[in-house]
Amino acid sequence: MSARSLVAFLAVLAVIGLLAFGLLNKGGAKVAVGDPVPDKVLPRLPGPGHGSLAEERGKWVLVNLWASWCIPCREEAPLLERFYRRERGRGVAVVGIDVQDNEDDALAFLHAHPTTYTQLRSVGNERSAAFGSTGVPENFLVNPHGRLALIWRGPVDDEFLRERVVPLLASR
Amino acid sequence: MKRTIALVLALTVLPAGVAAAAPAPQTTVTAIEGEVMCPICGTLLELSDSPQARREKVYLAKLVAEGRSKAEIKDALVSQYGPEVLAVPRGSGFDLTAYLVPIVALLAAIVALALAVARWRRDGRGTSEAVASEHPLPDEDAERLDADIARYDL
Repeated sequence: MSARSLVAFLAVLAVIGLLAFGLLNKGGAKVAVGDPVPDKVLPRLPGPGHGSLAEERGKWVLVNLWASWCIPCREEAPLLERFYRRERGRGVAVVGIDVQDNEDDALAFLHAHPTTYTQLRSVGNERSAAFGSTGVPENFLVNPHGRLALIWRGPVDDEFLRERVVPLLASR
Repeated sequence: MKRTIALVLALTVLPAGVAAAAPAPQTTVTAIEGEVMCPICGTLLELSDSPQARREKVYLAKLVAEGRSKAEIKDALVSQYGPEVLAVPRGSGFDLTAYLVPIVALLAAIVALALAVARWRRDGRGTSEAVASEHPLPDEDAERLDADIARYDL
């Protein structure tokens, strides 16, 4: 291979590398049922302190991605609170993760729609990308071993919780 | 009378004090809207009117009213929305490639073009010399050709 061919080859390789890097960073992760739940230590809402899904290991955890500007999230928050109160005695936790939001708005949302379950905050799009999320709200049921048991890309309602989530809780 | 004087003083001095306490804005919402993104919409903030963008604009207006500089406001937006909120990449880390790659590509193109032009000129000269040596003209034709060429002021 001549020096000129080598330079051309390296230039093409560099361009392909940059394109691949860009695509990998742009696209969110693809998560599927059975995968370990994406986890990270995040600031609590309201602060101080941090928390993570790992703290709930050994329980079923319903992870709810939400944002203050999301209209369905307003109806979902009290529903999830009711579900949490009903099921927490049976080893079930709910963890809300605020995404694509600013902290002031997130706190105002929680003031208007109070919850007693754990609330965490992700900066920007980072957690949405980790969950392969395309919007809010999205819900993920995590089994006691930390693996995804159910993925629901949309708001949940009573019927969904009763017919899709509760039966899974019995299958430890 | 004392109450009247006190009231007049309050009305004249207090607003001035309040004005002095309020920080003067160092920039405007409009100046920043064109340089930051609505991350969820994937467009410039100034072009978006989604619910998320409206919230971001309110937050931006609050930062401007606090008298923060443009750089401070961008830092605050990044801390809330992540680096995706910046429309123009920062000149550090991997983002630096956004500036370096076009410069390197331009320099490479200039060098390649210069080399190519030099080669074409060299090849062109070689070809005409080769043609001249491969097809020598008889003396008479060569003189007539020279005369013809001389008539044109090329």
